[in-house]
Amino acid sequence: MVKYDKKTLEMMIEGKLSWEELRLIISGRKDADRFEKILEILQERVSWPEKIILPLHEHLYIVLKENNRIVKCDCGFEFGNYNENWKTKCRVRVRDTFETIEELYLKDMGSDPTWQELREYLCPGCFTLLDVEAVPPGYPTTFNFLPDIDTFYEKWLGKQAPDK
Amino acid sequence: MSEKPIGWKGKKIKEMLEESNDLFNETQHYYGIDTLKFKEHDPFRYERAYASLRGALVSARETALHVAASPIVKEIGELCFALYTPEGDSIVVSTGILVHVHTMSEAIKFMIREDYEDDPGINPGDIFLNNDPDCGNVHTTDVQTIIPIFWEDELIGWAGGVTHEIDIGGITPGHVLMSSIQRFDDGVYYTCKKIGSNNRIWKDHMITAKKSVRTPMYWELDEKCRLAGDLMISDAVIEFIKIEGIDYYKQFIREAIEEGTRIFKKRVIERLIPGRYRAVSFIDQVGEWEAWQPKAKVNKIYNQPLEIISDENGKLNLSFDGASACGYNSVNCGVGALSGATWVLLTQILIYGDKVNDGAYFAVNNYFPKGSWANPGDPYLSYQNPWANLIPAYSCMMKCLSYGLFSRGYREEVFSGYGLTRDAIQGGGRYNAGPLEGQLWMLSTFEISGQGLGASAVRDGLNWGYAMWNPESDLGDVETWELFQGGVPYLARKVKPNNAGHGKYRGGSNYGGIAFVANSKDVEFFGIAEGLVFSGAGGMHGGYPQPTAYRLIAKNTNLKEIFENQQDYPLWDPDPANGEFERLLKGDIIRKPYAQMYPISLDNYDMFHWCMSGGPGYGDPLERDVKSVEQDLNDGIYTEEKVNYIYGVVAKFNKEKEEWIIDEKATQERRKEILNERKEKSMTFEEFWEKERNKIVENQLIKPVKRMYKESLELSDKWKKNFLEFWNLPEDFTVEVD
Repeated sequence: MVKYDKKTLEMMIEGKLSWEELRLIISGRKDADRFEKILEILQERVSWPEKIILPLHEHLYIVLKENNRIVKCDCGFEFGNYNENWKTKCRVRVRDTFETIEELYLKDMGSDPTWQELREYLCPGCFTLLDVEAVPPGYPTTFNFLPDIDTFYEKWLGKQAPDK
Repeated sequence: MSEKPIGWKGKKIKEMLEESNDLFNETQHYYGIDTLKFKEHDPFRYERAYASLRGALVSARETALHVAASPIVKEIGELCFALYTPEGDSIVVSTGILVHVHTMSEAIKFMIREDYEDDPGINPGDIFLNNDPDCGNVHTTDVQTIIPIFWEDELIGWAGGVTHEIDIGGITPGHVLMSSIQRFDDGVYYTCKKIGSNNRIWKDHMITAKKSVRTPMYWELDEKCRLAGDLMISDAVIEFIKIEGIDYYKQFIREAIEEGTRIFKKRVIERLIPGRYRAVSFIDQVGEWEAWQPKAKVNKIYNQPLEIISDENGKLNLSFDGASACGYNSVNCGVGALSGATWVLLTQILIYGDKVNDGAYFAVNNYFPKGSWANPGDPYLSYQNPWANLIPAYSCMMKCLSYGLFSRGYREEVFSGYGLTRDAIQGGGRYNAGPLEGQLWMLSTFEISGQGLGASAVRDGLNWGYAMWNPESDLGDVETWELFQGGVPYLARKVKPNNAGHGKYRGGSNYGGIAFVANSKDVEFFGIAEGLVFSGAGGMHGGYPQPTAYRLIAKNTNLKEIFENQQDYPLWDPDPANGEFERLLKGDIIRKPYAQMYPISLDNYDMFHWCMSGGPGYGDPLERDVKSVEQDLNDGIYTEEKVNYIYGVVAKFNKEKEEWIIDEKATQERRKEILNERKEKSMTFEEFWEKERNKIVENQLIKPVKRMYKESLELSDKWKKNFLEFWNLPEDFTVEVD
């Protein structure tokens, strides 16, 4: 069975593996214990005590806090119940003028803001850019991923979720 | 009518298809197979059997394209082959444009359902041709040759091959026709038509076919290529049966598909997380400004919302509920094409390196809403450019599955998306000088096969090297493209600055090209790409979408004098706001912020620019390693102004060393400054919600946006409910388009 040591996975998370090393991981069989190992690495890296149930994003985790499953940023900001779209707790910057879109893209190489705007979702704690939506004006905010945590742990991993 | 049924055990093949469907519906196993007997009892024989057929398919493709093939097919392998069961389910496939494996499956099933066994008959040596999107194909330009394979008097399978044509005899020259708005504009249609017998293509068919397209020689070469490959597959299957026996073959092909289903579900459970995934993408259509047909003069934004439910058994349920309506333009998309797209992306994201066949198709439920672009249900519309909807829409699938892969820890498998297969410049003309004087040439550059791949969660996206419909994408050689598009010689191809989506890991970058018209007359030119909206589902986890395309043409130029005087001419268009065309050329320079352009006439020494797409980015650009940004500057991927604003990187050009050097202290300060700007220029979600809602209720939306909402609200009760609930709008809310 394929296994990777913790250091290799840490280097991969940090983007420090060479292409030759990474290519072998991409094209090889997968390591079945990856989830548990990544969870362990991430838990060691965050500064807060809550247990991570599921990594959700480069900076966001579903964690267990006082018997609730909440979304938390690595800076410590808490977004509330994971069943609700964490974007609705973000600060938002909307680029809906040619001027603000052309700060990012050359003339004619960005959207026409009357057709499509850019929305930047920022963590209210650390102001990390967490997501960018490119949508027509008036489009509802997309709730990208709602995991079925209990089915994942019980049926796919064959164990109880940490809070069960 | 055939004298006796050609199916197994005296059955008609239609009965076999019905039996297969019934058994699957009853048991959720292919043909009701609940144990893989052969694999369990003798796995070595089983795997050897699969490998021998797989090898035969790959060999057939590699050989066939050298037997006879048009430049597109030969240069970058725009073809693929597959072996199917008698019921039309793929067992094993070659490499190549795999999006078509399932589309040929639909064509075979069409023939079975239409009782081809009775009329026109299915006999050993028969040859069938299909390019009809109403029978599973993507667009008419993809042409399929399908032959039945017999053992004694039983049909034991089908071999199918598909190639992409340079021209299909449509309303204008080209392979993806912008101005096609109805079936009758799409070019020559073959609806699962018998075109030969005794392994020979009928002469009357070949005469008609060659007169139906603008590239008759290439048509004939490709027909021979497909048939050669099919016949090699047929021979390989017969040899297989001689070695393994017919009973083994019959059971083996069904087990191989059932195993394909099991492998897929296992991969889902191994690599994803059960739950609900959503992403959305868009494409612009500018018929109001470009179309010449009155009913096509409509500007639209196509809504491409995708929801995927990954259930506890590893089955995926895909839904495009809420998709915009179909219309009088070329971007309508048939169900077969979408099923093919689902399948081909799954082969790249989840089931690569294992048994790739229709087993994966059986492990996915698809919902394509009738009346939408994703299932118009009207064969009289045009299906010439379904890619414009299909390709960005399926970047949503890549993004959705990437959320699962990320959470599961397989960050190396994450991809934020990919660039649209563009900038499809097309047209054609006639040589009026030189050795080919009088002959037609076609502009169908297939460097569109090399687009930017999106960034992953651990590295930058692949530059100029991805096409969602062909896992073996390739830009090809300019010299090959000039073989058939010699009326528009290249002047330059250079990396386009600021063409990669921004992020901690940037998307793949790409090239821009410049060409001019030479030695020609009667030249038509048009182009297809996104322009007013970003194509695809955007970046991921804070990454930005890749830039859009635009159109740049120069007519009535002084290029002839420039050549004669050996002066500088434009080699690129690095900054549309400070154009090289404007600086170096005299003439009529036309810039359009959108890139879909109906055909125009060009003359000798007219020039044009086009640009391949970059890929979307991943993660917050402020987290990009400064050394990587330095490399980007030195490679010409980004310019100093943009890396300063977006990445917060301050760099100075060292004239002596001729390279960019980062000022690390100034960079730290600049990054802090950007974080402060984010605080100042952002608002709370509640403020955003109020402001955004006002755009709807205060009638601030432009017509194409209103049309998009009206169509989605009318086509889907579920999408309507979500929309009204999100914006707290009354149940009787409607959107009117002026």
